[in-house]
Amino acid sequence: MAETILSVKDLLVKRSEQTVLQVGSLDIHQGEVLAVIGPNGAGKSTLLLVLARLLYPQSGQIYFRGLPIEQENELSYRRRIALVLQEPLLMHQSVFDNVASGLRFRGLPRTEVKHRTNEWLERLEISRLYNRQAHRLSGGEAQRASLARAFALQPELLLLDEPFSALDAPTRSRMLQDLHALLSQTSITTVFITHDLDEALLLGDRVAVLLGGVLCQVGRPQDVFTAPNDGEVAAFVGVETVIAGKVAVSKNGQVIVKADGLSLEAVGDIPTGRQVLFCLRPEDITLSTSDGNVVSSARNHLSGHITRISPSGPLVRVVIDCGLPVVALITRGSANDMKLVEGQPVTATFKATAVHLIPR
Amino acid sequence: MEVHLSGGFALAVCYKNHHDKIFRMTADIFEVTLLSLKVSLFATGISLFIGLPFGTWLALSQLRGRRFILSLINTGMALPPVVVGLFVAMTLWRSGPLGNLHLIYTPIAIIIAQTIIAAPVVTGLTASALQQLDPRLRLQLLGLGASPIQMVISLWREARLPLLAALMAGFGSVISEVGASMMVGGNIRHQTRVLTTAIVLETGKGEFQNAIALSILLLILAYLVNLGLTIIQQRGAR
Repeated sequence: MAETILSVKDLLVKRSEQTVLQVGSLDIHQGEVLAVIGPNGAGKSTLLLVLARLLYPQSGQIYFRGLPIEQENELSYRRRIALVLQEPLLMHQSVFDNVASGLRFRGLPRTEVKHRTNEWLERLEISRLYNRQAHRLSGGEAQRASLARAFALQPELLLLDEPFSALDAPTRSRMLQDLHALLSQTSITTVFITHDLDEALLLGDRVAVLLGGVLCQVGRPQDVFTAPNDGEVAAFVGVETVIAGKVAVSKNGQVIVKADGLSLEAVGDIPTGRQVLFCLRPEDITLSTSDGNVVSSARNHLSGHITRISPSGPLVRVVIDCGLPVVALITRGSANDMKLVEGQPVTATFKATAVHLIPR
Repeated sequence: MEVHLSGGFALAVCYKNHHDKIFRMTADIFEVTLLSLKVSLFATGISLFIGLPFGTWLALSQLRGRRFILSLINTGMALPPVVVGLFVAMTLWRSGPLGNLHLIYTPIAIIIAQTIIAAPVVTGLTASALQQLDPRLRLQLLGLGASPIQMVISLWREARLPLLAALMAGFGSVISEVGASMMVGGNIRHQTRVLTTAIVLETGKGEFQNAIALSILLLILAYLVNLGLTIIQQRGAR
């Protein structure tokens, strides 16, 4: 396993006697992208501010490369990281001056400031705007400047707080792709906060789920999404079946994805050979006990054994091992009708249109 | 011929006297204007020195009593110059607590009084200028590696328009006040006479022409200083 770059121990943040964040332990490894997801008000931004040492917790400690961060070394720590917030928060200056600001805080020589600023203006495709006043930028351009400002610092740790949530959908998806590319090129260790599951699945090497100020689960995206620790996480992630695979055939909007020897059909426009995450909501899966003779327009049939049955509100959550874990939600009535028990062989059926593909 | 001569002499004398008078008046006016400018610029400068850091602290600190202090400062912005004059005069009076400094009826006394008038204005407007900035900007700057001082300087730069407005308001409040200058300066010719006190004097004597001339001069002076500050201010606005 890669070196732990940042580690959080027994963190507790209170606001007027109310606990807003409680994290027992969280390690961030060299080179990984940790996506922290959670609904609004879950304490995601609070966590990021604590990690940036801009908010002091009531108790707990943060260790950067094994050393605790104290009052004396917090400035030098902050000069090894970079922070990008939801709003670009640019100063009333030119784009160049904005992107250069962090480098200037560090007192770097002028030539180096100029060199690095120009490099990152280039890499974020905003070179032509270098002389423009920041308040005259569009939302997307401003967020690009904000990212350039952070990347130019060549931080050891990059902290991103929902940087795209204020952008329109097309701009957002382009920026996501660009950020994804930059993060893989630079392999900067990153903590990425988002409430958007797609963003988390696209960028995150690992996903941390934060609900009500409590860190509920940390793990690989496919693990968190397919095997939620508890009902709350399951309810939040919604999509419970996530299969990592590769597009084998892509034709006329139809896609066949190969994953662990299985061949699955989906609808989409993703080129052959591309790595994808194959996502399925549990309510889109139907179960049948008669093996194979299902009459349905659905294109995907997976056979396997039930590994777990658990009630989930008025519904029943059924986990089936089809070589891959597949999660289905069915009504209590149909579960009783089919007399489902753990270990029983069943067939899971779902339509190609129910599948959500996320290119990686 | 004699008549002419003596007439000419008289005219010359008269002319010379008149010329002298004009010359003297011009010199006096110059002196009064310069003192006005010096005293008020000094007072504004000291107010900036006090008000900028104090106002910044008030805007950024999370102290419990901050709102109370701000309300006091905001009241201070409406401090009547005569009241300030009274208290400064009492303090500097020969029998007063600072009487042994012999500052009453000196330009320094006027500077002290005017500083007390301008400092709350600069402080209050500095605080409100910085409070108008997005509070997350501070976090962003620190998150980019700014030291606390670099952060504050960046905030000042970001709020330069309202901060220069604060400076202009501070200068405006003292260049135009008369009550305090009169009470602690005493309007002593060649020593503590400033434009506003001179206007009061001339008006009191019924010399409206002089009073009007001095008033115009005061307006021009205020205009020039504010023009300079406005040019600096708008250069950053674009």
